[in-house]
Amino acid sequence: MNKHHSRLLQRTYLVLIFGFMYLPIAVLIAYSFNENKSRTVFSGFTLGWYKSLLHNEMILSALGLSVVLALVSSVLATVLGTLATIGIHSMSRKSQLIINNISYVPVVNPEIITGVSLMLLFVLCGRLGIGGDNGLFGWTTLLIAHITFNVPYVIFNVAPKLRQLDPSLYTAALDLGCTPRQAFFKVLLPQLSPAILSAFLICLTYSIDDFIISYFNCGTMQTLPIAIYSMTRKKVSPEINALSAIMFLVILGIILISNAADSHVYRKNQAAIRRDAAGQKEVEAA
Amino acid sequence: MNRIMRRFLVSGVAAASLVAALPATALAEAAPIQVNEDIQVSGDYDWTRFADEHITLNVYNWGLYISDGSDESVDVISAFEDLTGISINYTTFDSNESLYAKIKSGGANYDVIFPSDYMVGKMIEEDMLAPLDYDNIPNMANIGSEYLGWGFDPDNTYSVPYMWGTTGIIYNTTMVQEPPTSWADLWDVEYAGNVLMFNNSRDAYAIAAKKLGLSLNPSSVEEVTTVMQELQKQKPIVQAYVMDEIFDKMEGGEAAMAPYYAGDALTMIADNPDLAFVSPTEGVNFFVDSMCIPVTCKYKEAAEMFINYLCEPSVGYQNCDYIGYSTPITAVWEMLDDDLKYSPIAYPDEEVMQKAEAFVTLSDEVNSALDQQWSEMKSYDENGNGWMVVVFLVAALLISGWNITRKMRKRMRDDY
Repeated sequence: MNKHHSRLLQRTYLVLIFGFMYLPIAVLIAYSFNENKSRTVFSGFTLGWYKSLLHNEMILSALGLSVVLALVSSVLATVLGTLATIGIHSMSRKSQLIINNISYVPVVNPEIITGVSLMLLFVLCGRLGIGGDNGLFGWTTLLIAHITFNVPYVIFNVAPKLRQLDPSLYTAALDLGCTPRQAFFKVLLPQLSPAILSAFLICLTYSIDDFIISYFNCGTMQTLPIAIYSMTRKKVSPEINALSAIMFLVILGIILISNAADSHVYRKNQAAIRRDAAGQKEVEAA
Repeated sequence: MNRIMRRFLVSGVAAASLVAALPATALAEAAPIQVNEDIQVSGDYDWTRFADEHITLNVYNWGLYISDGSDESVDVISAFEDLTGISINYTTFDSNESLYAKIKSGGANYDVIFPSDYMVGKMIEEDMLAPLDYDNIPNMANIGSEYLGWGFDPDNTYSVPYMWGTTGIIYNTTMVQEPPTSWADLWDVEYAGNVLMFNNSRDAYAIAAKKLGLSLNPSSVEEVTTVMQELQKQKPIVQAYVMDEIFDKMEGGEAAMAPYYAGDALTMIADNPDLAFVSPTEGVNFFVDSMCIPVTCKYKEAAEMFINYLCEPSVGYQNCDYIGYSTPITAVWEMLDDDLKYSPIAYPDEEVMQKAEAFVTLSDEVNSALDQQWSEMKSYDENGNGWMVVVFLVAALLISGWNITRKMRKRMRDDY
């Protein structure tokens, strides 16, 4: 095979992969502008579904619940998970192994088991009188459930980064006069922050995505995936296409902005390093 | 005409008996209350008695099954909130079974739920529903008598009809030689690969049972087995077992025939005029989605007020218009356009209705046999693509074998 052929093969492969990844989204966005409700016949362009989405209280309140739940549960899970990671890190090797394996179980466990077992637990709590007359079900149970399945993801995101850190950094900070708290906030946390941020984003996505666990623990509330699922006897409304298109664009926007910010910081750092190096040379020359 | 006369007569009699029962309220006819431009409710009902109590009702309905303000419809829920000061927490489910599971598990307390016929029966049997106090639901008199007193709740002690419909065959006139007339046409080999089928055990079973001339409510496991064999025979012809995908497939001309609910057939025909609908001669399934109150309900009287509100003609009209299913409220039917009012799809004639059968609750034994045989039927593969498994296995073995030898060879080489 000559070079030209292999180049062609590489290109085709890339196009195929990206096609599979992004074509469905493109189709979905295209049909959000379709005049009729069909998902096969395109009859004309309209922005009507976007307008009607703004008036659909059920979808909007489900979206609101999903977003608030995702934000609150991810923040709490990230804090809990980060603290847990640091705690686990300073344990003995054996207990580290045990704790890590225990926290790994919820990740590999099928969601349905997590969902049903949490529900049974909450029902039991209700029977025991916890949560008053109304039982716990609703916001409380949803939040607990989401934090529960999010914490392990934080641990497994932050732990490798913590392991990579030079342990003497923390000791050095103490040597140089930091209190343990200062050493944590000024030395440890800044080093871990990329891992913590990515853990937070993963939690956010899992939480917005989650259907099964929420389904069993939502009580009389309704997250967005549940609202969409319940439309399947009739026909899923094109308003959902419109909503998905907006969500996709928002996420794309966030990614682009954060990348731009990252590269800005990187360039600034590089420039500073170069300036320093130049300054050093001047000093040496003098 | 006969049927229409009967409707008038019956609602008249019902109204008369109501007058006898509640002389004080019914005699003094108060002016109707106008809630907004499209909705007015009866004036001789105390709608505001809970206005100061900050009640929230949890309502659990089918998805897209109320006029909620989307798609330029009228928002009947917020109109109720404006009228009564009661707030509604409105959530939705996708099937009778998930409604049942949710309530049975104790994971949520609802005040008003909307199960279909056989699920109403099941919930009554298991003492999950509270008997309704019809003093709080005077609009029950608006419901046509042909929708009351079906087998699942003979005296309507627990349920008020919300929407109803029948099943039938929707077909593409350009893809069939001759319009189908019976369920047996779904077994016609001529349309192999062009027939869709319900992806839900109860509805699919009903079709095969009707084809065989049996009841759609099996009484024994043997009966289930016979009917399932009939479905098994149909399987090679079936393109796919579907629920809501049917809209796209039929509208897009991907299949020639499919059984579905009459109300949805109207929607599909509106989008693709090549489609048509027929009520098969063997008899169809008549279904009623009903309004019920679970025993765990906190504010029963307020819940009854909500049910009464949904039976108001102007509210029922908005719902009927949005959902597209048939209304059990006589006054709503009178308000419809003539096209829809006399549509044989939405309101089939006496002949069809006489042969129609409603689902009733099955015994546990029969029910589990039905579920089990249904999933066996769907997963069983007659042509046996079993050899594919063997091919994959052999391929996997070969690849791993090759990998191992490669590694061994490498290690041997490294040893030198």
